[in-house]
Amino acid sequence: MRSLVAFVGVLLLVHIALLFVHPAPPVPAASGNGLDIGIVFDVGGRGDKSFNDGAYRGGERAEHELGARVHFIEPGEGSDREAGLRLLAAEHMKLVIGVGFIFTDDLTALANEYPNTEFAGVDYALKLDSAGNVVPPPPNLAALKFREEQGSFLVGALAALVGKSKKLGFVGGMDIPLIHKFEAGYRAGVNYVCPDCTVIAQYAGVTPEAFRNPGRGKELALSQYQSGVNVIFHASGSTGLGVFEAARQTGTLAIGVDADQYSEAPGHVLTSMVKGVDAVVFDQIKKVRDGTFHGGVQEYGLAENGVGYIYDAHNRALIPDSVHARVEAIRAGIIAGRIAVPSTR
Amino acid sequence: MSIALAFLAQTLRIAVPYLFAAAGGVLAERSGIISLTLEGFMLGGAFSAMLGSYYSGNPWVGVLAGIAGGLVLGLVHAVATIRYKADQVVSGIAINLLAVGLTRYFLKLVFDSSSNSPRVAGFSAGTSTTALVAGLLHNPLIPLGLVALPVVAWLMYRTPFGLRVRAVGEHPEAAATVGVSVARVRYIAVALSGALAALGGAYLSLDQHQFTDGMSAGRGFIALAAIIFGRWDPMRAALACLFFAAAETLQIQLQAMQAIPSQFVQMIPYVLTIVALVGVVGRAVPPAALGRE
Repeated sequence: MRSLVAFVGVLLLVHIALLFVHPAPPVPAASGNGLDIGIVFDVGGRGDKSFNDGAYRGGERAEHELGARVHFIEPGEGSDREAGLRLLAAEHMKLVIGVGFIFTDDLTALANEYPNTEFAGVDYALKLDSAGNVVPPPPNLAALKFREEQGSFLVGALAALVGKSKKLGFVGGMDIPLIHKFEAGYRAGVNYVCPDCTVIAQYAGVTPEAFRNPGRGKELALSQYQSGVNVIFHASGSTGLGVFEAARQTGTLAIGVDADQYSEAPGHVLTSMVKGVDAVVFDQIKKVRDGTFHGGVQEYGLAENGVGYIYDAHNRALIPDSVHARVEAIRAGIIAGRIAVPSTR
Repeated sequence: MSIALAFLAQTLRIAVPYLFAAAGGVLAERSGIISLTLEGFMLGGAFSAMLGSYYSGNPWVGVLAGIAGGLVLGLVHAVATIRYKADQVVSGIAINLLAVGLTRYFLKLVFDSSSNSPRVAGFSAGTSTTALVAGLLHNPLIPLGLVALPVVAWLMYRTPFGLRVRAVGEHPEAAATVGVSVARVRYIAVALSGALAALGGAYLSLDQHQFTDGMSAGRGFIALAAIIFGRWDPMRAALACLFFAAAETLQIQLQAMQAIPSQFVQMIPYVLTIVALVGVVGRAVPPAALGRE
């Protein structure tokens, strides 16, 4: 609440300050020639143990290693997102980063409005025009995308090798193309090592609430576990916490997403398909410093460490060495281009 | 047989939060106060139940804390709408937003997280495939939820208090003329509705053993729909809650079979609702004084 009041206060001050700006002379840069970076979090903000925290770590690292000055804004509900981006753009940040696909429209509009500021959108959702072609983002906007299907392929193979069942489970959040990418990769990974295995895929709903409904996630997972599934991969935000609870109750396994989710149900989290948001944010800030920043679509896959899976002291006991070796071989195959991974269902 | 039992058990588990919230909503609405607030009461109840269980290590303390949280939110709504005659819809929306904001604020303050609380003591329904229905009794909130609406029905139709609730909801002036304190009856009804809906929220967080941001996920509004669907009668509302829960279970089970395109399956609860509303229920007439003043 205090931050909201402060935020409104800042907005008012900016508004009043703009009243005194005369159009004739160019506005001097607010903070000289330092490496000023603005990051706007998604709703929820820091402490989500996932996307926003990843972006924060990336920004922090850039402060330590690149000497950047990173300004974080954590908006409340709804339209504050656009205001946060606009505030940072108006303060002449070198780079303004929006964290989460929800920023797509606001970033596109602002990048057109402030052609001299660089923008980057983590998980930027590309639009298709009426003819079905991809609409390219503005030239000063980097659309940062992850090859989630590659990471999902690996955890799919791992699940099928460890699962001791011909049935594997998938729980998605909202039924949208972004989440279908996870499902498609996972399915392909399962069938790559076990052609006669089937994947039961279910979605929690068709609205954004579907990412915040652990009760629904638990029921979906329970019905899958009861039908003979031993491992479920979830891509469903906090709905997935219900999947972990079901795994805990039925003594089965689940696979986390976005960040290492081992601590949500120790002993029941086989692995997590992680997205390197921190690495990507750091990479973009570094590019701005080196003068190599460019707009357009940039994809981060296994080769760029944009996606991966967790294998560490916590879950080593759950994954036999032979299985780990097999999955590592598949990873090498994907990076080398020998294995094609589909990104649509 | 086991499929039928699994279906029944899942339907009952899904129905419990609807049943609690509808029990609260029927009471408040029959007293003449609109229950748009159920969603907020649930979320507040879910959070305070988690908090109670977190600090005490005992889920029953969590249940009591959940009830207390719901009572507080209910009283805020009651003071706004009864004492200060605020518009009931506006106050209802404000309570829902307040619950979202407060739970998020305290989640951050206490646990430094914007997504979920740590694991707390809670109740878990048994899920063994051999004793599906008996397993439900492991979570005492499930049987409590199943009797919530019958108890409200008894309260409403068999006690003097229930008669007064119905009187102030239909014709407050007439009730006042015979010496009933309209404000007092409504205060009690709205506070009780907060406590009951909060139990639905407590079920969510204690079954999950943690609170997650926004975990009520629209269930309060489904309960409100069930009340209207049940024509403001407790037992019919109970049937409506079970009907919605069964539709959701059907959706979950059919989606798993993957025989039908998922878009059709996702539509099932909504289509069934429209069909039932049009074909079975007939005209729904709200309490005459609902939302007035």
